[in-house]
Amino acid sequence: MSNGNGIAIDVKGLTKSFGGREVVHDLSMQVKRGSIYGFLGPNGSGKTTTIRILCGLLTPDSGEGTCLGYDIRRDAEKIKRQVGYMTQRFSLYQDLSVRENLEFVARLYGLADARGAARDMIKRLGLSGREEQLAGELSGGWKQRLALGACTLPNPQLLLLDEPTAGVDPKARRDFWNEIHALAAEGLTVLVSTHYMDEAERCHEIAYIAYGYLLAHGTVEEVIAKSALTTYTVTGDDLNELGAALTGKPGIDMVAPFGTSLHVSGRDVPALEASIAPWRERGGLHWQKSKPSLEDVFIELMGRSKDNFQ
Amino acid sequence: MSAVEHPEPRREIRERFGFLRRSYAMLVKEFIQLRRDRVSFAMIVMLPVMQLMLFGYAINTTPRHLPSAVLLQEDSDLARSVLKALENTKYFRFLYEVHDVDDFDNLLKSGKVLFGVEIPRGFERAVRRGDRPALLVAADATDPVAASAALGSLGMIVQTALAHDLYIGEPPEMPFEIRAHARYNPAANSSLNIVPGLVGTILTMTMLIFTALSVTREVERGTMESLLSMPIKPIEVMFGKIVPYVLVGFVQAFLIISIGVGLFGVPVLGNLVLLALLSTLFITTNLAVGYTISTLVQNQLQAMQMSMMFFLPSILLSGFMFPFAGMPAWAQYLGECLPLTHYLRIVRAIMLKGATMENLRFDTLALAALMLLAMTVAVTRFRRTLD
Repeated sequence: MSNGNGIAIDVKGLTKSFGGREVVHDLSMQVKRGSIYGFLGPNGSGKTTTIRILCGLLTPDSGEGTCLGYDIRRDAEKIKRQVGYMTQRFSLYQDLSVRENLEFVARLYGLADARGAARDMIKRLGLSGREEQLAGELSGGWKQRLALGACTLPNPQLLLLDEPTAGVDPKARRDFWNEIHALAAEGLTVLVSTHYMDEAERCHEIAYIAYGYLLAHGTVEEVIAKSALTTYTVTGDDLNELGAALTGKPGIDMVAPFGTSLHVSGRDVPALEASIAPWRERGGLHWQKSKPSLEDVFIELMGRSKDNFQ
Repeated sequence: MSAVEHPEPRREIRERFGFLRRSYAMLVKEFIQLRRDRVSFAMIVMLPVMQLMLFGYAINTTPRHLPSAVLLQEDSDLARSVLKALENTKYFRFLYEVHDVDDFDNLLKSGKVLFGVEIPRGFERAVRRGDRPALLVAADATDPVAASAALGSLGMIVQTALAHDLYIGEPPEMPFEIRAHARYNPAANSSLNIVPGLVGTILTMTMLIFTALSVTREVERGTMESLLSMPIKPIEVMFGKIVPYVLVGFVQAFLIISIGVGLFGVPVLGNLVLLALLSTLFITTNLAVGYTISTLVQNQLQAMQMSMMFFLPSILLSGFMFPFAGMPAWAQYLGECLPLTHYLRIVRAIMLKGATMENLRFDTLALAALMLLAMTVAVTRFRRTLD
């Protein structure tokens, strides 16, 4: 294993099947300590399953590795002590108040002063005055904040956040990410799964998985560079017609509308140029060669993996 | 562990007494949830009170005033006094007086009456001659419980009726003599038997359902996933979930026994401390069984169904509904595997017969064994992972 200090998660060849269907396939990844690692991929791609394997909730069929230096197969109990896991679905007790939920977690982990710890966390979360409100009655954004608070209460070294901002408004999402960055600055390692591209861009490193396969990983720049994708941004009239005409032409891997513009991307540059050439001479359209966005890369990856694995 | 770090002071984590501490955390949580769950909370009190009133007042296995008819083929004084004597037992209430056999049969067939008494022609004369004429009593035995008690009393009644009758000096000797001796419950008052039985039945029902739902509820609400990701052991989850309900069971038992003593005059002849101790054992056993159920099923509906699957045989085979000794051997063996069977013996023996620990050793050991078995299954079945 690589040195235990710099690496928080180091797993190799993780495989997990449910009822004969392989959900995670030969997955290997490394996460540096103190970094924010984004986990991206379509629904059902195996993100949640991977996270559950990492925190000991699932046993992998094959593969090995360490989490915070502990073996993920043998030391699940030790890992649980050091890891805060925030589930996709709100999983605090809805019929317990904010304070009672936090005190429950604090007691369970054996914090010296459970009441004090809960009180401090309420202050930190900005929930003062609402401590006696039932958790089930909080708004979506506050629920997520409370769940994050409950995860960080026992001072974990690693946070596993499974789509923490799904269904949360933009302001609450921004606050949430500021909190995550503050925690990472304190030395926490954060692994966070998300569907949002803007959130992916706030991660130090990202990994993209689809259909159980890890397709790309690295920093945002690396992932974009590795994709070797060339993208043209088209603006003008009748973009729908243009999009329909270009789809499936040689060299064009992806056509995607973005607001008032159309992104046309492909990896085979000469073929791409040839296919769009007749349209470039037309009037009323403005073509600009641009750097592909992360979203272009992912949609292209997703389309490609669909062809390969479905 | 770093002592202070900004902006958040790192808190010390205690490793000692982990088991007690985590069980306690679970227990506090369960108590709060129970308190918030108004409906369940009301059930804890309402269920025993309602059941007790129903069983104690409405359901009486020694029936009274059974609707009866008489087929009168002669209208003599003797016939009248036999009928009067029958009515005086309070078992029978004569609603119809018919003179035709067909009417008599129809009344029984239609269920308008449960009993029919036929006084044949020439009854009085035959009695005077010492011929011992037959007095036909037809009973609708589709409900054997209702019929048997009344039928059993007939011999005595008729004899008494004849003895008191002026027309005869010495009563003619009956072909047989019935001497019934109902021990512990001479008045055949069924609430004496039912109140202690209800303690067991109600405890079985509530304890079973509460814990059977407790784990499945966490799974359904999604809280199990985060609970499993925390450092708590299956046995700690179990203790935390069982202990609050031991108290609940205790409150229920106290309620039932108090009402039984106060309202129905059921005696408590034995030692109350012994009763409390063995009741705690029984409560814990039921909680462990319920908890086992919750580790076997997928959702709350299945948990309810499985609880019923355990509860019904408990009622039928434990001796609560039907006399244990009257069941076939295989049913008795099955009954011995149910906690309620043993507790019924214990609670009836302590309350009605003043039994001591010496008398109850077998049933106590059986209860303890069942409890350990259920707990072991529960802890091994509890899934630590979501696999």
